[in-house]
Amino acid sequence: MGTAGPLPELQGFAKDFYAWCKRGELRFQRCSDCGAWRHVPREMCAECGSWRWEWSRSSGRGSLFTWTVVVRAMHPAFEAKVPFAPAVIEMEEGVRLVSQVVDCPPEELEIGMPVEVVFDDVTAEIALPKFRVARSRARRSTEEGGG
Amino acid sequence: MKGEQGVRDRACIVGIGETAYVRRPGSGMSALGLQLQAAVRAIEDAGLDRARIDGLMPFPNLGSAEAFAANLGCENLRFAATIHMGGAAPVASLQAAATAVIAGIASYVLIPAGWNGYSGARARQTVAADAASMPGGEIARDYYLPYGLTAPPQWYALMARRHMHEYGTRPEQLGAIAVAMRKHAQRNPRAVMHGRPLSLEDYLASPMLADPYRLFDCCLETDGAAAALVTTAERARDLDKKPVTIMATACGQPYPADEITNRKDIFRTGLSIAAPEAFARAGIGAADVDFAEIYDCFTFEVLQQIEEAGFCKRGEGGAFVEGGRIELGGELPVNTHGGLLSEAHVLGMNHIVEAVRQLRGDAGERQVEKAEIGVVTGWGDFGDGSIAVLRR
Repeated sequence: MGTAGPLPELQGFAKDFYAWCKRGELRFQRCSDCGAWRHVPREMCAECGSWRWEWSRSSGRGSLFTWTVVVRAMHPAFEAKVPFAPAVIEMEEGVRLVSQVVDCPPEELEIGMPVEVVFDDVTAEIALPKFRVARSRARRSTEEGGG
Repeated sequence: MKGEQGVRDRACIVGIGETAYVRRPGSGMSALGLQLQAAVRAIEDAGLDRARIDGLMPFPNLGSAEAFAANLGCENLRFAATIHMGGAAPVASLQAAATAVIAGIASYVLIPAGWNGYSGARARQTVAADAASMPGGEIARDYYLPYGLTAPPQWYALMARRHMHEYGTRPEQLGAIAVAMRKHAQRNPRAVMHGRPLSLEDYLASPMLADPYRLFDCCLETDGAAAALVTTAERARDLDKKPVTIMATACGQPYPADEITNRKDIFRTGLSIAAPEAFARAGIGAADVDFAEIYDCFTFEVLQQIEEAGFCKRGEGGAFVEGGRIELGGELPVNTHGGLLSEAHVLGMNHIVEAVRQLRGDAGERQVEKAEIGVVTGWGDFGDGSIAVLRR
């Protein structure tokens, strides 16, 4: 387990979102009427007005939308971790979330890079969804590197 | 837009006030005390008695209207409100204050803002320390902070990188903004960075904080306060100072405003909506503006607001800010006082004060020649926007 920095408060929708993560499943709210995916969780569907929704499982695949490299921490919990790269991942379902790419040094990140979800058990109760470079791509780049 | 003229020319800014802007060793006053000092100066600037103030619009979380009224002796407070738009609040408050005086709900509305942003809790710590401090704070706590995305330069760096990717915006162009603000500060003895010029080379050599943001892409953290006083155009004629007329105002929010990543168009922020409305209400175009005081929490936000306000097309902001165009003497002088980057971080209230000073013709060696129309913008939280078009 990693060192726990600031953690989500496990109440309301966040409690359910992270409970699914703890079980190894990335799920987002999806409207039961119009099918629209949404993140962060909301009470109702802003697209069609429906109150009916379910936690729907994501493919776990997405791509890197943007990122920053934190070189100087602005929160004490992250001082020992710099440099690291908070990133925005765009999922295949269309929703985006803040996360990190765990197996790629910041200087090798590229917008559009395919990634897939992994789970980081930061406490006994909380797993954070993070991402690694998608395997198909990793294999390809290994082959290229070895060629 | 016909029939939607908003506050058009019916309210004025009649008083401005400021404290000293300082870092080490700090103001030595409470945040409320600082703001009261600026408030008293704004009221005196207008030549009013303090008791005449019957409207107060404090900045979010920086003091209650009740506390201001009790200190200032405002025995007949009739209008008190706070706009929760972070750094967009002071300009948004100009709009609400103008509306209140035009409607006759209040006669003289005071807008103070200020803090001990250096010697007290630093700006960078606000949300991480208190999720209730801004709309979207709980979303940040539950979905951003665990990943080390804890402070404003990091949030906005995400947008800056995306802009670089889509439009080829370069670090040297962000640097041109930092350099321009610093040049202006050399003509402003009140600026914290007065006497400390900055070259593009200095900028590029400054340490990276949140890539692509370097140290000199980031606003200062300072102690200080400023205030402005609003009344009707009619009352303004009877006061001491030549009034500055509020031609038009507008506010806007990105969608969704409380979450920064899930926007269909991530460059569509509050100002994208507000600026066209404000120009239409004022009956002018962006080309008619003589100078702009643009909320400069970070360099890229200046570039982005220049684009979204329509001073150039989206994607052309990088080229626009180069070649001295935004410097004094250029086509559109921006942040003639030095801005949050080089004067002080007074939550954007110092931008309003500077615009009034320019339109009064009181800006000394940094006076924009023949300044008739000036624009002030505010940017807050995750991209809320506000704009005021002012004229002499």
